[in-house]
Amino acid sequence: MDLLLVILVDGLIYGAWLFIVSVGLTLVFGVLGILNLAHGSLYAIGAYSTATAVGIYFAYGGDAFPLGSYAVMALAAIIVAVVIAPLLERGLLRHFYHRDEVIGVLVTYGVFLILEDAIKLIWGVDPLFVYEPYDLLGMVEAGPLFYVAYDFLVIAVSAITGFAVWYFLNRTRRGKVMLAVIHDREMSQTMGVNVDKVFLLAFGAGVFLAAFGGALTAPMISVSPGIGVNVIIVAFAVIIIGGLGSIEGAALGAVMVGISRAASVHLMPELELFIIYFVMAVVLIFRPEGIFVRTQTRKI
Amino acid sequence: MKSTVKRLVSATAAAALSLGIAAGAQAASHSETFKIGVVTFLSGGAAESFGVPAWNGGKLLIDMLNKGELPAPYDQKGFGGLMIEAIEIDEAGGATKQVQEFRNLVQREKVDAVLGYVSSGDCLAVPPVAEELKAFLVLYDCGTPRVFEEGSYNYVFRTAAHAAMDNISLAKYMTSRGIKVGSFAGVNQDYAWGHDSWADFVASMGILMPDAKASTALFPKIFAGQYGTEISAVMREKPDLLHSSLWGGDLQAFMLQATARGIHKRMQVALAAGDHVIPQLGQKMPDGIILGARGMNGLAAHAKGGELVDLLWDRYKAEYGVFPVQAPFRMWQGLLGVKAAVEKAMKANGGKKPTAEQMAAAMKGLTWEAPSGTITMALGNGHQAIQPNAIGTTKWDEAKGEMTLVDVEYYAAECVNPPDGVKAVDWIKAGFPGAKCD
Amino acid sequence: MKAFSDIRVASLLALALLVAGGFALPEWALFLMTIGLAKALVSLGIVVQMRAGLVSFGQGLFFCIGAYVAGLMANFAGLTDIFVLTGIAVIACLAVGGLFGPLLANYRGIFFAMLSLSLSMILYGVLSKMNSLGGTDGLNVAAPTFAGYAPEGRALSLSLYLYTSFIVVAIGAVLRTGFDSQHGLVSLAVRSNELRVEYLGASVRRTNAINYVISAMLGGIGGVITGLAIGHVDPEYAYWTTSGEFVFVAILAGYLSIPAVFVASIILELVRSFSNLYFPNTWQMVLGVFLLVIILTLPNGLGSLFHRKREGGS
Repeated sequence: MDLLLVILVDGLIYGAWLFIVSVGLTLVFGVLGILNLAHGSLYAIGAYSTATAVGIYFAYGGDAFPLGSYAVMALAAIIVAVVIAPLLERGLLRHFYHRDEVIGVLVTYGVFLILEDAIKLIWGVDPLFVYEPYDLLGMVEAGPLFYVAYDFLVIAVSAITGFAVWYFLNRTRRGKVMLAVIHDREMSQTMGVNVDKVFLLAFGAGVFLAAFGGALTAPMISVSPGIGVNVIIVAFAVIIIGGLGSIEGAALGAVMVGISRAASVHLMPELELFIIYFVMAVVLIFRPEGIFVRTQTRKI
Repeated sequence: MKSTVKRLVSATAAAALSLGIAAGAQAASHSETFKIGVVTFLSGGAAESFGVPAWNGGKLLIDMLNKGELPAPYDQKGFGGLMIEAIEIDEAGGATKQVQEFRNLVQREKVDAVLGYVSSGDCLAVPPVAEELKAFLVLYDCGTPRVFEEGSYNYVFRTAAHAAMDNISLAKYMTSRGIKVGSFAGVNQDYAWGHDSWADFVASMGILMPDAKASTALFPKIFAGQYGTEISAVMREKPDLLHSSLWGGDLQAFMLQATARGIHKRMQVALAAGDHVIPQLGQKMPDGIILGARGMNGLAAHAKGGELVDLLWDRYKAEYGVFPVQAPFRMWQGLLGVKAAVEKAMKANGGKKPTAEQMAAAMKGLTWEAPSGTITMALGNGHQAIQPNAIGTTKWDEAKGEMTLVDVEYYAAECVNPPDGVKAVDWIKAGFPGAKCD
Repeated sequence: MKAFSDIRVASLLALALLVAGGFALPEWALFLMTIGLAKALVSLGIVVQMRAGLVSFGQGLFFCIGAYVAGLMANFAGLTDIFVLTGIAVIACLAVGGLFGPLLANYRGIFFAMLSLSLSMILYGVLSKMNSLGGTDGLNVAAPTFAGYAPEGRALSLSLYLYTSFIVVAIGAVLRTGFDSQHGLVSLAVRSNELRVEYLGASVRRTNAINYVISAMLGGIGGVITGLAIGHVDPEYAYWTTSGEFVFVAILAGYLSIPAVFVASIILELVRSFSNLYFPNTWQMVLGVFLLVIILTLPNGLGSLFHRKREGGS
C-alpha cells in the first residue's frame, strides 16, 4: 500500500511538471498547426528570465516579503511571452501556416538552434540558481517520506493552469472563437473573425505557458545551457499520447507517463529509459492519433 | 528530354562552386608557430561544468606560456620557443561529427597536435583516425578505460587517469575513515559513464567492505533534471551510503532536490566527481558530503599547495572570479604534458619543430609535474597516464565564507591505478594486486 | 527509349565528374564528399516518401541499422568486405522495413513522422542499454576492404569515395527511372489526393509501404558507408537530431530533383564544417539562420532552382 501511495505521489509530481511543460506545445499545434520545436528553448528562456528576475527581486529587498517571488516568476514568464511571441509569430511563423506541417517543424528547429546560442550569448554558460522559492514552503511528511512542499504547489498550479486553459477555450467567447478557427480557418475568416489576431493570441499563450513551465522549474534545477533540449522530447511524447492539439489529452498523457515512470523507477529501474516510448507505442497502436483525436474535416 | 543532363550540369556547377569557395577559404600560413587544435564542449550540457572552465584555464595557460611566465622547468616561451596558436572546436554534436572535425583539423588546418575530448564516445572514435592520419593526439579529459584497454595506438596519448581510480579511491576512503556501510545505493546516469562508475564502485566495495550490500541502483536519463522519483526510491530503501557519479547541471539539480528533502541527513552521500559543482552551489552543498575530483584537482590541490598550483590558482581566480575546479586542472596537465614532450623531442632533434613521430616517441612513458601532482605515462604501453588522487569531505568555512575540503586523504598514483597490462575491472576484482600505497 | 538513354548519358557524365573529382580534391574534401553523399542516400529515402506526401522523422533507424551491421560484422565476425557488408545491411533493412512498412502505411502527416521517430528512438534506447555493444559509447569499426584489396591512407579515402560515387550514381539512375514508372507516378498522385487514387483502384497503403521499404534500404546503405568511413558507430546514429538532419536535407533539396539531394547534403556538410571552425561558439546559430533563409527563399527546395516545374502538383 505504502509503495502504491509513493508511486502515485511521485507520479503525480512528475506528471504535473510534464503537463505544465507540454500544454503550451499542444495549444500552439492545435491552433496554428505548427509543432513548435523551439518550445524547449522558450522553456529555457523562461527559466533564465526567472532566475534573473527573482535574483534581482531578492537583491533589492525581496527578503522582506519572500512570497512575492512567486509573483515575480509569473511576471517573468509574461514578459517573455510579450517580447518573444510577436517577434516569432509576426516575423516568421505566419509565413508557414499554409505549408506542410513538417515544414513548420523544420522552421522551428532553425529557431531552436538560433535560440540555443542566443541564450548562451545573453546569459553565458555559468549556471544560475533561484532556490529561494523552492525552499520557501518547507517540507511535507507523506507516509515514510519527506516531500518538498513546492512539489505540491507545482501540482496545484498545473491543475489550475490546465483548468484555466480549458475554461478559456470552452466557456469564454474569445476561446470559442479560437476553437472555431481551429475547426475551419477560412470559414471563421468569412464570418468576420480576425484570424491574425487569434493566431497571435494563441501563440502568445503558448509562449507564456512554455516560459511559465521554465519559471516553475527554475527553482529546482541548475539553470544552465542545454536544459531545453530534453524537455522538448518528453513534451512531444506527452502530447502525442494525448492527441495533438488536445488539452485534456496532454493532461491525461502527462499523468500516464508520470505514473508509469514512477512505477518503473520503484519496481523495474532498468526500464526507465524506455517507459515513455513504451507508453507512446502502446497508445498509438490502439489509438493511432492519440487518446483525444481532434475532429478533422475530410477534404476530397 | 535533354533536361536531365542540363539539370545535372547545373547541380554539379553548384556543388563545385561551393567546394571551391570552401577550398579558397583555407589559409596557407604555416610559419614557426605550434598550431594546436583544442576540442572541448563550448555548448550543451557539458559546457558549463567541463568544456568552458577547461578552455578558460587553457587560454590562460597558453597566454602565460607564450609570455614565458611559468617557473622552471616550464620557463621556456611557448612550446620550446614556438609560439602556441590554438584553434578551438566545439565538441558538441556527437562522435561522427568529431571524427570529421578531427580530419579537418589535421588535413585542412594542418595543426601540429590535437588536444581534446571530454566525452568517452569521442575518445573511442577519434584515436583510430589519428592513427590512420599519423597525427599527434592527446586526450585530456575523458574517463573510459576502454581507450587503451581495447586498443593500442602509436600517436595517441591520454594525459589524465581513467575513471576507475575515482571509484576505487572513494571506496578506500570509506574504509580508511571508518565509515560504517551496511548497504549502499547508487544514482548514476544511464550511459556508459554512469554504469562504469557504479560497476567500479560496487566491485571495489566488494573487496574492501565485503559485508556492505549493494541495494537499489538507479540510472536516470542523462540531463533528466527531475530526480523526485529517484530520491523517493532511495529514501524508501534507507541505505547507509548513496553513491553518485552525476556531474554538471544534473548533479546540481540532484543536490538541490535531494538536500531539500533532507537526504544528506539520513545517509552519507558520496560523489565520485563532485568537486566541480561547489563554486556554483556554494552553501547549497551541505557539510559532510564526501567527494572526489577525478585526481588531485581543485580544492584538494589547493589544500596541498605548491608553486605551480598557487600561481595558476591565483591567476585563474583573478581572471574568472571563481576558483579552478577539476576541468582546468586536467587541461593544464594536458598542455604541460604536450610542452614537456615537444621540448624533449626538440632536444633530441637539434631544436627543430618536431614531427608527430618525434613527439609520440618523446611522450611515451614520460613523467612531468603538473598542478595536480606528478603525471606518469605508465599504462597502455606508455600512452595512458596515472596520477595521484584525493578524496575529502565538504565543510563550509563560516569565517572565510567559502567551501573547504576537510579530512582529505591522498592516494598515490600506483595505489589506485592498475599496473600496465591489467584491465581496471579485473584488477579490482582480483583485490588490487601490486598496489603501492603509502 | 529516349528517356532511358538520356538517364544513361546523365549518369555516365555524373560518374565521370565524380571520379575526376576524386583525383583532384584534397583528402579532407574527399572525406567530406563521401560522408555528404552517403548521408544524401538516407535523405533520398525521405525524398522517395515525400513524393507520396509523407516525411519520416525516423530515418535514423535504418541509418543506424546499416552502421551497426558494419560495426558488428567487423567486430564479431571479422567481415570487412564492403560489398558483403552493404549486401547484409540492405537485407537487414529490407527485413525491418518490411516489418514496419505495412504498419506505418496506415499513418499520415505528423503522426507518421512521429511514429517513425519513436521507432528510431526505441532502437537508440536499446543500443544505449546494450553494454556488450559498447552502450552509448559505441563500437569502433575496422577499415573496409574492397574484394580483397585493403588500402590505407589516401588510397582508402579514395576507394571509399569511388565506391560511394558508383553507388550514388547507380541508385540515382534507378530511382529516376522508378520515379517515372507507374509506381512512381502513383506516389505523386497519392501526394495530391489519396481518395482519388483509391477510387481509381490503386492501393495507397501498398504504395506507402513500398516507398517505406525502399527508403529503408537507402538508409541502410547510407549507414554502412558512413559507419565504415567514420570508423565508429554509436547509438547517436538513431537519435532524433540525426534523423532531423536528413529531413532538413530532403526539404532543402525538395522532391523534384535527385541530384539536388546530393548537392544539398554536401552543402550542409560544408556549412557545418566551416561554421564550426570560424564560429566555434555560435555555429548552431549560423546553421539555424542558414536553414531559415533556405526555407524562406526556396520554398520548393534547391531542386526548384535547376528543375523546371515539369511534374510536381497535378
